Amino acid sequence: MSKVQQISVFAQNKPGKIKRVTDILSRNSINIRAITIASGDEYGVIKLLVDDPGKAYQALAEKGLSVALNEVLAIKMEDKPGGLHRIMEILAENNINVEDAYGFVIKSGKIAVLVVNVKDIKKAKEVLLFKRIHLLEEKDLYQL
Amino acid sequence: MREKDIQYLDKEQLYELQLSRFKRTIERLFTSSPFYSKLWKKSGISPDKIKSLQDIRRFPFTSREDLRRNFPFGLLTLPLEKVVRVHTSTGTTGKPKAIFFSKRDINEAARLIARSMKMTGAKRGDVFQNMMSYGLFTGGLIFHYGAERLGVLVIPAGAGNTERQIELMQDFKTTIVHITPSYALYLADVLEERGVDPKNDLDLRIFYLGAEPYSEETRDKIEKIYGVDAFNSYGLSEMNGPGVAFECKRKDGMHVWEDNFILEIIDPLTGENLPDGEEGELVLSTINREAMPIIRYRTGDITYVYPEKCRCGRTHRRISRIKGRVDDMFIIRGVNVFPSEVERIIMNFPEVARNYQIILERESSLEVMRVKVEIKKRFFDGSIEHLRSLQERIKNKIKSELMVTPKVELIEPGTLPRTTGKSRRVIDNRKL
Ligand SMILES: [Zn+2]
Repeated sequence: MSKVQQISVFAQNKPGKIKRVTDILSRNSINIRAITIASGDEYGVIKLLVDDPGKAYQALAEKGLSVALNEVLAIKMEDKPGGLHRIMEILAENNINVEDAYGFVIKSGKIAVLVVNVKDIKKAKEVLLFKRIHLLEEKDLYQL
Repeated sequence: MREKDIQYLDKEQLYELQLSRFKRTIERLFTSSPFYSKLWKKSGISPDKIKSLQDIRRFPFTSREDLRRNFPFGLLTLPLEKVVRVHTSTGTTGKPKAIFFSKRDINEAARLIARSMKMTGAKRGDVFQNMMSYGLFTGGLIFHYGAERLGVLVIPAGAGNTERQIELMQDFKTTIVHITPSYALYLADVLEERGVDPKNDLDLRIFYLGAEPYSEETRDKIEKIYGVDAFNSYGLSEMNGPGVAFECKRKDGMHVWEDNFILEIIDPLTGENLPDGEEGELVLSTINREAMPIIRYRTGDITYVYPEKCRCGRTHRRISRIKGRVDDMFIIRGVNVFPSEVERIIMNFPEVARNYQIILERESSLEVMRVKVEIKKRFFDGSIEHLRSLQERIKNKIKSELMVTPKVELIEPGTLPRTTGKSRRVIDNRKL
């Protein structure tokens, strides 16, 4: 099963920073699926899902940015109330700490994908699969 | 007396040498220095009353202001035809100080450098690249003369021009450099960018670090990056330039060359002398200088004298690395803080890169110390939780050691201006 990888970029809260990142990616013909910013007081972390994480990592690092590549959980949200709550419940029951989560919508609001950052990714995968939660693979993300 | 013997004189002999040189200096100043004779007569001091070195405490201090006010010739004691060089230094206040050298003064200053270099293991056959600025600053030229006196091959590279410094190091297989710590760190960055491994691709073995205060952690960092022995040195133009004090191979405090200087530590507020071991302002007197002897000069540098004898056997007393300048010290919420202390604390975190900045501000009525810290790229793992925890740990460490709670900001490496000379680490915006 191919992993879903997320690109993180360390950024002070400078308005030009996101543009700098997106410029570098577009110049390298890398498509962005989702982008979100986790913010501290004076700095933030820009998180991205892209179609070629390896290439994006290299391109950003070459330009001198502080960048990291992490595996994340990508979960297809069912169009039912309580879907998000159920997943959080499963993770909490198993003492898996969610560092950050964000959602994005593909294809004009028809499918919602939840991206979850956890420390123990292996364990998280196991418990979710055990509860028959469908985890997306990298190729799924871009075929949706 | 041979150089070697001077360094290992027993305490009494060193004392006698100092006392006789001190007496001679005072006698000469009474007859040849209008500045000092007037000052001392006013204080009721006469040269024949000097019985011991303790008597120096009756003499008034000489301040930087005295040197500025009497610029350019006021403290010169020789006719111009006997003087061969003048160095000037401008402080932050703008008005310069002039320091004159006779031929003998230059030889003596060079002697102390040669002695210091030899003490650290430099020898003929070494290639010495002097990356200090030449010209009016004594740190470049005087060191140059000392290195030639020792007989090493000298490359008078001067400061800056990093491309050329790297080329010179590669072409001539430089083994020793004289460099400011901030430039050493900057140079390491540039070498890394070029893909040059300072440890394996260069022939460096000894670094002389000077001209600005820095921490033990910074020295360790430099030694590790370059794979060298880095020695701390201390000097100032008013006291002949570099080579006033130097570390021996033990790297445990700098030997002040007491055959040339009398060393005192005072309380900067009261002017009272402090015993060995207590921290205060360094006060120096020249006792082996012709053109411009200076008695009880307030250096503005904060240090202390090691009470015990060095294990190397040299009798000249040691001072600790300069903790800061009396004028650099800032007071925040009633606490005295030296920037060097902040540096020491943050450099202990492996995640921290080489640059930092301290900004003092007023937020509503409260004074705030903001510490900007660059973090290493390889530490960043995408987790904001790790960043927050690092921020918190730095904050708590500073708080527990300095009794001031700072605001810690983590910033990307390369964001702060990279400094190539004396660096300005503290920005005080409270006055605005
Ligand atoms: Zn020693």
